[in-house]
Amino acid sequence: MIPETGHFALILALFVAVVQATVPMIGASRGDRAWMDLSRPAAVAQFLLIAIAFGALVTCYVTSDFSVLNVAQNSHTDKPMFYKVSGVWANHEGSMLLWVFILSLYGMGVAAAGGNLPPALRARALAVQAMISVGFILFILLTSNPFARLDPAPFNGNGMNPLLQDPGLAFHPPMLYLGYVGFSMAFSFAIAALIEGRVDAAWARWVRPWSLLAWCSLTLGIGLGSWWAYYTLGWGGWWYWDPVENASFMPWLAGTALLHSSIVVEKRDTLKAWTILLAIVTFSLSLLGTFLVRSGVLTSVHSFASDPARGVFVLALLVVVTGGSLTLFTFRAASLKGGGLFAPISREGSLLLNNVLMSTGAGTVLLGTLYPLFTDALNLGKVSVGAPFFNSVFLPLMVPMVMTMAIGPMMQWKRGDLAGALSRLKVAFVLALAVAVATWLLAGGSASPLWAAGGLGLAAWLFVGTAVEWAERVRLGRCSFGEFLQRCGHLPRSAYGMTITHAGLAVVIVGITGSTAWKTEQIQVMHPGDTVNVAGYQVTLDGTQDNVPGPNYTALRATFTARKDGRLIAVMHPEKRQYTMPPRPTTDAAIHTNLIGDLYAVIGDPDGTGGFVTRLYYNPLVPWIFIGALIMVGGGLVSLTDRRYRVGAPLRTARAAAAAARA
Amino acid sequence: MTARRLFAAFALMIIAAGPAFAVQPDEMLKDPKLEARARELSKDLRCLVCQNENIDDSNADLAHDLRVLLRQRLAAGDTDQQAKQYLVARYGDYVLLKPPFNAETLVLWLGPGGLLLAGLGFAVAYYRRRVTAAAAADPAAAPLSEAESRRLTALLEDDKKS
Amino acid sequence: MRRWLVALPVTVFFVLVGFFIWRLVLMEHGDTPNIIPSVMINKPAPQFDLPPVVLDKPGLKLADLKGHVTLVNFFASWCIPCREEHPLLRGLGEKVRLVGIVYKDRPEQARAYLERLGDPYQAIGIINANLDSRDPQSQVGIDFGVTGVPESFLVDKQGVIRFKQIGPFTPEDINKKLLPLVAELSK
Repeated sequence: MIPETGHFALILALFVAVVQATVPMIGASRGDRAWMDLSRPAAVAQFLLIAIAFGALVTCYVTSDFSVLNVAQNSHTDKPMFYKVSGVWANHEGSMLLWVFILSLYGMGVAAAGGNLPPALRARALAVQAMISVGFILFILLTSNPFARLDPAPFNGNGMNPLLQDPGLAFHPPMLYLGYVGFSMAFSFAIAALIEGRVDAAWARWVRPWSLLAWCSLTLGIGLGSWWAYYTLGWGGWWYWDPVENASFMPWLAGTALLHSSIVVEKRDTLKAWTILLAIVTFSLSLLGTFLVRSGVLTSVHSFASDPARGVFVLALLVVVTGGSLTLFTFRAASLKGGGLFAPISREGSLLLNNVLMSTGAGTVLLGTLYPLFTDALNLGKVSVGAPFFNSVFLPLMVPMVMTMAIGPMMQWKRGDLAGALSRLKVAFVLALAVAVATWLLAGGSASPLWAAGGLGLAAWLFVGTAVEWAERVRLGRCSFGEFLQRCGHLPRSAYGMTITHAGLAVVIVGITGSTAWKTEQIQVMHPGDTVNVAGYQVTLDGTQDNVPGPNYTALRATFTARKDGRLIAVMHPEKRQYTMPPRPTTDAAIHTNLIGDLYAVIGDPDGTGGFVTRLYYNPLVPWIFIGALIMVGGGLVSLTDRRYRVGAPLRTARAAAAAARA
Repeated sequence: MTARRLFAAFALMIIAAGPAFAVQPDEMLKDPKLEARARELSKDLRCLVCQNENIDDSNADLAHDLRVLLRQRLAAGDTDQQAKQYLVARYGDYVLLKPPFNAETLVLWLGPGGLLLAGLGFAVAYYRRRVTAAAAADPAAAPLSEAESRRLTALLEDDKKS
Repeated sequence: MRRWLVALPVTVFFVLVGFFIWRLVLMEHGDTPNIIPSVMINKPAPQFDLPPVVLDKPGLKLADLKGHVTLVNFFASWCIPCREEHPLLRGLGEKVRLVGIVYKDRPEQARAYLERLGDPYQAIGIINANLDSRDPQSQVGIDFGVTGVPESFLVDKQGVIRFKQIGPFTPEDINKKLLPLVAELSK
């Protein structure tokens, strides 16, 4: 009964979505308030129905109802409860249901929190949101029904790929989808604004919290995925430029550009058409990612079982959503007249430069990801475009980007003073240079690549530059302590958000540079009692224990002790696991971190003479990548709490203004 | 259908090969310099039967063969370029994860630079058009020309002095 | 803003869609992006000399290919698609000179495979019978550009590779591609 209830709720949600997509839209064009306001209860109803459907699928997984095909294919009674739940979205059908669930969650968010929105804008945005819903619910019902029954029900299920049975990967998809789908809000508002032909500061202010929330989720999702790859795949890599990773990175780049260009719309009432275009492109890139991952048009290490029929459906959705919106953009963009003028050297100018660089970055990733497809189609032969290409093309693009990031915030609106900004950044420049030279000298000149010094110097430039900008704003050291505290309190949260996020990126850059330049690796056969020296640590294989039982696997567990100058640093237990269902081997690396670097141990195959292949790594500064990403997310969240974006704030301000006007 | 069967074959090969993990100690060369070169080269070579992995990371059988072959070539005195060329002659440019610069990859290599220039060009054009349009509509609203701003600075300087 | 400029995004998008449709249509016909065309076509077959695997049949070396149009079939007993392909190969033996190369397999297992399913090959060589890839012979597969099994190469009278089949043959592949080419090269 439960799966049928879920299925039925999903069908009902489709009808509600159809109503939500049409009636408010018509109402908005006619100016009929009742029809427009139907969008709010409809959005709530749609959310509740999809929540019932999603809850039904979770219940099927939790109770291991193998009469449901999806559960039988992806779950097993022995699986720990945590992974029974995360198993819901570890497969194509379930993950699509999570997708529409999150979509409806955002829709309900607008309906609930959007009391201050102009009714027509809200009605249109929710209608656009519902159109996307209709497309994806149809996709689930027609090609990927998670509630399909299996008769007779098998005694047990096929289990879940053990690589996915991991806490990092349990939260990775929901975070990623909160990001992808979150950008649908900016998209829906952009379409609504195009229809109305009006984009202004208020519009930018309404859209910003949703884009910020999406950006934070996406950043966290990408970070989690990268972290998972780092500790699961067994050789300490954290980014592979695989098409699937690129699919999540492109919307991130475009979304970051969107966050920055919408500041210009909000503050200066210009760059409107461009911002609208970015909103469309960001969400379109999310959809494109969904298409690439699920259609099999590109080869990727990690993708869902690809199916051309599903590919056709998602492509059709993409054509309707993106093709339709870009066509609308073509005809309506001219109606969005820009307001404030600005000089090239100004805050606006630097944000525009950020946008050019971010878009070029997104375009480069798109070009590299799709290039094999292009040459193949044009009969130019098959080419591979892998990590070495992206590293050599994408990273140089980011250098001017990071350099501007320190200068931009120092600029005045309208007309900036480049020489003045640079002179105020003298400290940052001197410190960056010092860091670079110190790196080059300390890391042994030729022993480390020259770009490592550049990377750390760049990070120092960004970090100190960001700090200088903050210090100037609060007049640190130039006024009394009391005034300083007062200024700290008055500085808007969004300014803190910017400072924290930019500083977080500096931390990420340190991590990327350090882990790439100074990774140490020792691969060898070790017998119990053998000691290997890894980056100053003496790592001893004390012994191994076979057939260690786990909940749904047995493991070969090794015990390593790491010492430094005779002092015990850590006891590490890497495992080589053999899962029972599906019968697959995995490696479970042991990581000892001191937040500066990770000691990383992997136990491999026995060599037949009592020894084992072991891989020991020292990954310097890797934790900084993930800590930096968390700091960036934190900055985004701080910005999200800014008074300007708080629910109802614009309304209260408007009322206060009105009251003041009356008085 | 052919392709699906082929996948089955490859899948079987990997399982038959068992859980080996990327580069193995017994594959490695004694000479650390040569081995380091082999590792670097391996990262640029695609494991042909896997989905987008280099041969250094891959545990497929073919990747193992290629790693061994690569080391044999280097031990025999090949330069990095010669060793790569040896595989390109047999598997085509497809084996290189960083495609060479040639007619087929022109757009790939020049594309990012082209995008950047186009972006900057659009930005400049946008700015110019805005200024002209604004100047035409309302001369007072136009930003100062360079000469004007110099005069303004001079005037302000004078103010400070006095 | 100029009209052509605002129309640029939608234009680029639909060009992209064109590429995607092309790929999806090909995939419907079984051609996935993983299939790599061989660069060995129209190049001389590489040098090799492989020991025999079946007692009363010779091994295989490059010189054996000269003077006949020959289909060189790479196979292994552990490969399921090879088994599916096998009945077709038996029928093919009358129409083209067929030789086999055993790939990553033990000789006794290859022999058992051929005893059970029949042996359509005129000569069979085995690469790397002891499964040690440091064996110089294991290079033969790489020299041919083999990525997996089954794969087949059609070699002309001069010893030049003219056609490569990746994956098992289907009757359609044989009738539409292989046999017309054999007829042409045999002239």
